[in-house]
Amino acid sequence: MAKKAQSTLINMLLSLTVIALVAAAALAAVNGVTQEPIAQAQEAKVQAAIKAVLPPFETIENRDIDGAAANVALDADGNIVGAAIEAGNDEGFGGHLQVMVGFDKDGNVYGYSILESHETPGLGAKAGEWFQKDGKGSVIGLNPSDELKVKKDGGSVDAISGSTITSRAFLSAINQAYTVFSKIQ
Amino acid sequence: MNAKDIIKNGLIKENPTWVLILGMCPTLATTTSAINGMMMGLATAFVLMMSNIVISLLKSVIPDKVRIPAFIVVIATFVTIVQMVMQAYMSDMYETLGLFIPLIVVNCIVLGRAEAFASKNGVGHSALDGIFMGLGFTWALTLIGMVRELLGTGCIFGHSLIGGADGMLMMILPPGGFIALGLLMALINHLRHRSVKKS
Repeated sequence: MAKKAQSTLINMLLSLTVIALVAAAALAAVNGVTQEPIAQAQEAKVQAAIKAVLPPFETIENRDIDGAAANVALDADGNIVGAAIEAGNDEGFGGHLQVMVGFDKDGNVYGYSILESHETPGLGAKAGEWFQKDGKGSVIGLNPSDELKVKKDGGSVDAISGSTITSRAFLSAINQAYTVFSKIQ
Repeated sequence: MNAKDIIKNGLIKENPTWVLILGMCPTLATTTSAINGMMMGLATAFVLMMSNIVISLLKSVIPDKVRIPAFIVVIATFVTIVQMVMQAYMSDMYETLGLFIPLIVVNCIVLGRAEAFASKNGVGHSALDGIFMGLGFTWALTLIGMVRELLGTGCIFGHSLIGGADGMLMMILPPGGFIALGLLMALINHLRHRSVKKS
């Protein structure tokens, strides 16, 4: 076996510095390779979500509504057919909940897609399906001009069983998105 | 110590999960489904193998007094590489495991093998030890994940086995992790002791 390096100050400084430098160089190289695909993957996810929550459209126009980004969907003649708006809050049971909400031109909810959630598996995590068209607490077609609420709070939406907090956070995100939508025209 | 012993140690005799009982945090947290457990295991196995190789190569130039920081820098580098690659090419899996990938750095198995094995053995054996300790961890996590997924949702690897059943929700929540881990550990150690007695 090779002789072990002694624990002198100079040896310790030298070995740690070299190891840290090599590690930094290796990470910089990998970062250079993966940066692009990571950005693409994130962008693709947002684009897919926008497409999934909107009625058929020709082009998307990005508009800035009081600091919030709205993806306004236009048909071939440039008429608004709907809009997809990202909204989120920290009121979920597991923290942040981020939703992409799609509205048709009258402001009815056309579709939604959960972008980020940390809800309990089997309970709050059901939000991805629960509020969809075939779900038990469908919000599709509802118009949030009259603020959406769960039944427990005097509203009309069935909350996920055992996950009232998640349901409230979800509906509040929808209402937030509608506030942005109502300022579009 | 020969190659066969190293393989046997990693998979069964000194299995990190069932016998050494190391790295329980990711074991409990990521085994909500078989695929999650397996991916976490494989990510850890990769880090284990790479860090074992590098540390074994560097063992004679790292002074004793700074060996722990040196090991951690090496381990953290590989973990960060895994994290970036996963984020870039397996973004769905990264969503689920994202939080736990950086925690591989402080997984006791990785530092434990660096300290107990790679810093005392040659490159070949260290690589082998890393691979098979990692695979030992992987099969343990996959098994726990399968049991929890089956009981919790009626599926295995996302394929429904018990039609129409909702499953015991508790099994995919934290308490189910402890229950599944405890019972499986008892069962596997029982089998292990019996085979040791026989031979």
